[in-house]
Amino acid sequence: MKNFLNTLRSITRYPAAIFSGIVVLTLVISAVVVVIAIPYDEAISLWRGGVDVWGRNPRNVPPKWVNWFRQEKLVETIELSVEDEQVTIEEDVTSGGTLITTYTFYLDFDYDTFPQDVVLYFDAEFDEKNPFVSAKWITPDEREIKLGNFAIDATVTRPLSQDSDLKKRLDGVNPQIGLFDDPETEAQVPVKGTYQIIFETINFEEDSSVSPDILLLGQVYGWAGTDHLRRDLTLPILWGIPIALAFGLLAALGTSILTMIIAAVGAWYGGFIDGAIQRVTEINLVLPFLSILIMVGTFYSRSIWTILGVVVALSIFTGGIKSYRAIFLQVKESTYIEAAQAYGASNGRIIFRYLIPRIIPLLIPGLISAVPAFVYLEASLALLGIGDPVLPTWGKVINEAYQNAALYRGWYYWILEPAVLLMITGLGFASLGFTLDRIFNPRLRGL
Amino acid sequence: MGSITESVSTNLAKKRRSGFTKTLVRVLKYSGVRLVSLFLTVVVGIYMTIMIANMGGYVDQMMKAEISERITMQVGRNPAFQNMDPATRAELAEERIQSEIERLNLDQPLAIRTVGFLRNALTLNLGRAQNLTSDTGSRNVRAIILERMPYTLLLMGSSNLVLFFTTLFLALALSRKYGSFWDKVIIGLSPSSSAPSWFYGIFLILIFAAVLRVLPFGGVMDAPVPKDFIGRALSVLKHLTLPASSLIISSFFYSIYNWRTFFLIYSSEDYVEMAKAKGLGSREIERKYILRPTLPTIITSFALLLIGLWTGAIITETVFQWPGLGRVTYQAIGLYDTPVIVGTTIIYAYLLAITVFLLDFTYALVDPRVKIGGGERPQ
Repeated sequence: MKNFLNTLRSITRYPAAIFSGIVVLTLVISAVVVVIAIPYDEAISLWRGGVDVWGRNPRNVPPKWVNWFRQEKLVETIELSVEDEQVTIEEDVTSGGTLITTYTFYLDFDYDTFPQDVVLYFDAEFDEKNPFVSAKWITPDEREIKLGNFAIDATVTRPLSQDSDLKKRLDGVNPQIGLFDDPETEAQVPVKGTYQIIFETINFEEDSSVSPDILLLGQVYGWAGTDHLRRDLTLPILWGIPIALAFGLLAALGTSILTMIIAAVGAWYGGFIDGAIQRVTEINLVLPFLSILIMVGTFYSRSIWTILGVVVALSIFTGGIKSYRAIFLQVKESTYIEAAQAYGASNGRIIFRYLIPRIIPLLIPGLISAVPAFVYLEASLALLGIGDPVLPTWGKVINEAYQNAALYRGWYYWILEPAVLLMITGLGFASLGFTLDRIFNPRLRGL
Repeated sequence: MGSITESVSTNLAKKRRSGFTKTLVRVLKYSGVRLVSLFLTVVVGIYMTIMIANMGGYVDQMMKAEISERITMQVGRNPAFQNMDPATRAELAEERIQSEIERLNLDQPLAIRTVGFLRNALTLNLGRAQNLTSDTGSRNVRAIILERMPYTLLLMGSSNLVLFFTTLFLALALSRKYGSFWDKVIIGLSPSSSAPSWFYGIFLILIFAAVLRVLPFGGVMDAPVPKDFIGRALSVLKHLTLPASSLIISSFFYSIYNWRTFFLIYSSEDYVEMAKAKGLGSREIERKYILRPTLPTIITSFALLLIGLWTGAIITETVFQWPGLGRVTYQAIGLYDTPVIVGTTIIYAYLLAITVFLLDFTYALVDPRVKIGGGERPQ
């Protein structure tokens, strides 16, 4: 215990270690928080749910906070629902028993750009006679634009950008621009102020009702923006943390522990077993690592567990095993090992109780330094298109961004967000492992 | 008197001769054993790659299913066959499927085909690709590989050679200034090498191609292709900048740190202190007392670097659309094209085996402590 505290104290002498330690700790804690806050099943359903989950998001827009850095504010995504307080509802019953309800929605528009789309949603309940809706759009400078008169089915989604009649009425300008454009100016500049959208719904039956909703698909959304499928990117960004850490740590742990055990066994028994391990290492050197991973992913299974297994299997028999073996060979000659043999300790006991604990301090920096390599490996495989098809990982986001030419089309946030997180994770673990190596490795001590 | 000196001299001569023969025998015995074991390693490695590339016969099933589906659709869509009745069309499709299967030798059991692959691979008869073709239309695997090789060698060669010599030189200079500002900077920046080169590649593309628009997004040549040789050479150079830079940046700081630590360990030896006390100039100390013992490691590093040039960086080449061997390997895997995959792997295996073998002799030349076939090699 005292040894451990001493080690901790010597670690704190290096500011790099403290800083990277904090980064690593933050990542680990965030991973745990994310897994608890958004359980796995929920995450998967959000990531693969389909249009029901993403339908109300804009496509390929940057996150909300870019507006803090911009002069011209981009339109935010705004949803006006019938339950909002500002919506005024007037009801009127005519002599024939038809119920006419007038909904007035108020939209405060203070942006310098145009939205991606304006979508009208109607939820109707009726028996046989479809209700009827008449919609009007009133700009802040008191112009009235007719949005249309139409009958309603049970659920109606009416994106105004697809409304060709409306487009004709706006002189051929796309509705999402035309509804906001200032007719006074030549250039397309939106009019700022409060817009009114008035729906007059006519219900022909007793219990029929219509519930309207307006969605303004803005040019920004959420904390991380959206991708080509309108998915909110905060999910893969957040969930990428536990996945990357889990993969990295499990791979690093598995590889380190197995390398250690096999090196110890080889060094202790010597002879045939040692020679066999050397041969296997040499064969492993010939095998093309990434190609084999790609082949396993393409032909067999892309599940992250399979890939993890193959990665560990291929990583054990490499240079690390040679250096561990060299150290074990040295330790083997110590007197206390001789004493253990004298009192009749079994081979297993000697290996696990005496040899292996000697090397654990050396193992730890190697383990931590190995984590970034595995994290990037998982991202690499995803980038090549053979990552896990189900999980929301950073590599998957980069892959999709790359396939949709994100850099070429100016959607930099799409690539930058996962890339920056990858970099933080990689640098954090690498710095920590690096500094620990300088502390623990006796040959590097003082250098 | 004369007879004694005669016998002494003949004895000495005999000793010299038998000393020579002893060394020769030892070297030959060691070489023989080493060659055999290296060859076995290559055989096993290639066989395993072949088995994995076929995923134990699973790939055969996939290929057969893919062929059957593709040809059935082809026949179904072909307007010339629209008038046939379904039965004849099905028969026609079946015939074509069978002939395609035979073309790819899929009707032979996997075990026989693997042995065939192995034998061909070992004799460097790289055969014909199953689905890939080279840009000149040839299916010859050797042609495909030879076509792509120059690009990979250009990219990997330029970046790795620049990296190797620059980091070596800088590390040597840095090892003299232990604890200085630059030392701390290099140490601080070393973890940056945890990121692979494609990662830096993406950032470089973002900055220089997307935002600043001074360098291209990828590929190897401008379109339209410049007419003269200088123009073409400059174009290739322009396209080479970003991928090579990403390869260099991703290993730069860690390499410097590694070599610098390495040199520091050797320069803290007692005999270096002795040399300094003797009053030797620092250049001379560096050359004779520091570089000389580190030479085996530097040579190993350089040799492994040379053979590493061959495989290419699959992902970096893909990100930059660089038409090299790495990308061909990736495409081949996607097309289930075993001959191409095995072709690149076998050449790498042979290069590795030859290099490892030659390195043993190089150690003996460079390090006087090493005797071929005797004792441990310096690692």
